[in-house]
Amino acid sequence: MPEAREARMPEASEEVVLVTGTRRGIGRHLAERFVGRGARVVGCSRGPAGWQADGYEHHLADVSSERDVKGLLRAVARRHGRLDVVVNNAGVAAMNAALLTPTTTADRIMAVNFRGTALVCREAAKLMMRRRYGRIVNLGTVAVPLRLEGEAFYAASKSAVVTFSQVLARELGPLGITVNVVGPGPVDTDLLRGVPADRVERIVQGQAVKRRGTFADVANVVEFFARRESGLVTGQVVYLGGA
Amino acid sequence: MEREALIELIAERLAELAPPGLAPGSQVTEETALLGDEGLLDSLGLVNLLVDVEQALEDETGAELTIGDDRAVSARHSPFRTVGSLADYALDLLHANA
Repeated sequence: MPEAREARMPEASEEVVLVTGTRRGIGRHLAERFVGRGARVVGCSRGPAGWQADGYEHHLADVSSERDVKGLLRAVARRHGRLDVVVNNAGVAAMNAALLTPTTTADRIMAVNFRGTALVCREAAKLMMRRRYGRIVNLGTVAVPLRLEGEAFYAASKSAVVTFSQVLARELGPLGITVNVVGPGPVDTDLLRGVPADRVERIVQGQAVKRRGTFADVANVVEFFARRESGLVTGQVVYLGGA
Repeated sequence: MEREALIELIAERLAELAPPGLAPGSQVTEETALLGDEGLLDSLGLVNLLVDVEQALEDETGAELTIGDDRAVSARHSPFRTVGSLADYALDLLHANA
């Protein structure tokens, strides 16, 4: 096969960006940031967004469903004909001792966090490869490198996301598509609300920089990975706070 | 969709990809090898072709297909060995999807 054709770099104002899990929290913040810089943003969640913005369109989709994911990417292809950036933010967590975690919970965590991310990556890359350009950013967690007790299934699902992303980066590199991971520490989201305060504080104290992350901290790394100039940055994992 | 039309569709997509082993203007038949020593495609080329064919079938028939198989890159066992075997495989998917 011929060498990968040179990517045509998109202007920021014409970028099409897909963010999963945009109903609230980090996903909503990221979607609003991309809208703010002029991108056309497609978001999704299992329920209605509950917010709106010019340049933002919301789709109902469960990322763990292959049918939903294929339908979502088909809608992006038909409406925009292209996809430049994907942020796989949708995720679920359940803090519990591994020995007390029901199988249904374990399956749900793996289905949303790993299978959902993998399905969106697979279908998004099929659209991105038409133009030999794409930026995929997947959300990880500091629970992986910190090996946090009580988060075995959640951390394992995100560990799978890391390995998947690093292998995918090699497969998609020749197609002009990068794949990277950002792993936030504690950030004030619904996901964190169920975690006892003293436990959150212990995690923060285990970081090199001992403070909670903000949505802006996460967005900073996502935007770096998503930049057109980051074409040689792939297969990387950035853990916020220096975990 | 008829098998002949499907083979023609695959041949068109293959010609667009223009793999080095495919001389310009040469005839693509159902016997044309995609994989193996005589094959026209490497693994990346195969991915490109399958994604193109998947998209084209979806556009033409409205079927939601995922053309993938665990034996994809096996030159001996892959359903994507030749243009004809790929057409048969895709037809099976279309029928299952109907």
